[in-house]
Amino acid sequence: MSNHNSCGLCRIDIENLSVLSGNSILIEDINLSLHCGELTALIGKNGAGKTTLLRAILGERNYKGKISFVSHHDDKIKRPSIGYVPQYMTFDKSTPLSVADFMLACKVKRPVWLGNKKEDIRKLEERLAELDCANLADKRMGDLSGGELQRVMLTAALDPMPDLLILDEPASGMDIAGLDLFFKMVASIRDKYHIAILLVSHDLGLIRKYADTVVLLDKTVVASGEIEDVFSTEAFKSTFGYLE
Amino acid sequence: MELIYDILSLLPFEFMQYTFMKNAFIAVLFISPLFALLGTMAVNDKMAFFSDALGHSAFTGIAIGVLLGLRNPVISMLAFAIILGLAITYVKESGTASTDTIISVFSSISIALGIVILSRNGGFAKYSSYLTGDILTVRPTEIWAVLATLVAAYIIWSKIYNNLLLVSINPSLAASRGINCKLYENIFVVMVAVAVMLSVKWIGILTINSLLILPAAAARNVSLTSKQYHFYALAIGLFSGITGLIVSFYADTSAGASMVLVSAVIYFATLLMKSKIR
Repeated sequence: MSNHNSCGLCRIDIENLSVLSGNSILIEDINLSLHCGELTALIGKNGAGKTTLLRAILGERNYKGKISFVSHHDDKIKRPSIGYVPQYMTFDKSTPLSVADFMLACKVKRPVWLGNKKEDIRKLEERLAELDCANLADKRMGDLSGGELQRVMLTAALDPMPDLLILDEPASGMDIAGLDLFFKMVASIRDKYHIAILLVSHDLGLIRKYADTVVLLDKTVVASGEIEDVFSTEAFKSTFGYLE
Repeated sequence: MELIYDILSLLPFEFMQYTFMKNAFIAVLFISPLFALLGTMAVNDKMAFFSDALGHSAFTGIAIGVLLGLRNPVISMLAFAIILGLAITYVKESGTASTDTIISVFSSISIALGIVILSRNGGFAKYSSYLTGDILTVRPTEIWAVLATLVAAYIIWSKIYNNLLLVSINPSLAASRGINCKLYENIFVVMVAVAVMLSVKWIGILTINSLLILPAAAARNVSLTSKQYHFYALAIGLFSGITGLIVSFYADTSAGASMVLVSAVIYFATLLMKSKIR
């Protein structure tokens, strides 16, 4: 994996961001900064607008307000690279699609239905091995376990090394031990490559263990900052109850 | 064309004496790979109902052609199918109702409108051949049109496949990699519309969708990778197309429907193989 250019992106500024659907407001007046080398956890109850915010950042939804990617020299970066690990895979589990097909479709121009080059697959295996999922290249995507699928998606999201990595509730199909391992892996990616990471999760224990900052969303940002500070706010307690 | 005819005459088949069978044979050789290719993605994206609706829209396409006084309605058929396909995709994305309801509404309108216009003054019988199709009416100029479409389709497929695949796996993931999801979906819809409209006259409105869906659905049962999926769909499509044509010649039945039955048999055979493999 290529090392992230640490002179590149410094932070992502989100200013006065609102997303409307028809006449209803999905999220409004969001102000937020995500910094490089920081793992920011996005929390909130269902329907709080977490996924909407992610989709606005991904450029999938129209929004009002500003999202800017700022370099260390305070220059704006027009086309930042974003890595995304989705919550659900919409594809049919019976789809004939190997891990190599999926990952090379992300990477190479050669259409994967013509078959994949041995050299490309070998490089792929190396990258997969870095995230503890070697020997998966020939497996069918639909046959992977939840944890394997997440790691494959993560490997794909890290090539090319993104300025911002977005993980949308990476919990499906994983047990607690598997999830802890996954968070640990994400934290080590942050340390190694110094990229900004935005992670949506419901697992407050793991957030406390691995995240740097936390943002509590309920249509807008109701609390954000250091984990303990946010966890002790009234807004947090009324959303999640008391946490020991 | 003469050269191809001569080569086909060398084949040890009795039916190859007839020029109309030679034309039909060549047409099947070109149509089957086209449909096999597009079918793989149509099945991935659960678009079987959608392509069915596109096939049905042929009636309205023909009707518009008749109203405009076109000699060959294929232009109006193409235009209407493309507009319909894009319209369904657009309404589907606005998320106002469930996908199958939207497709059903559009499908009903486009078949009813076509029949209403064409049945004015009791003239519908003229067009009923479109229902089952007649591949023996293929003309050499039309064969070249299909070959050109086939070549274009394979070139476009090579260019767009990787991105289209990502869009079908997860649109947000595709968007994060800078892929314009709508553009790729629309290109695919237009490709299906063109393929269906060019061949619906020969295969039949009632059976054309099966030609798109069945080879891919069968191939899916026995494939692990994208390459196998395409290869098997192509092989199954070609085999059932040619076998169906030969069966229809000797049994004096509809070619389109015979092809569908052959591919249906293959589908169930692969289903059995699948349950044994896994």
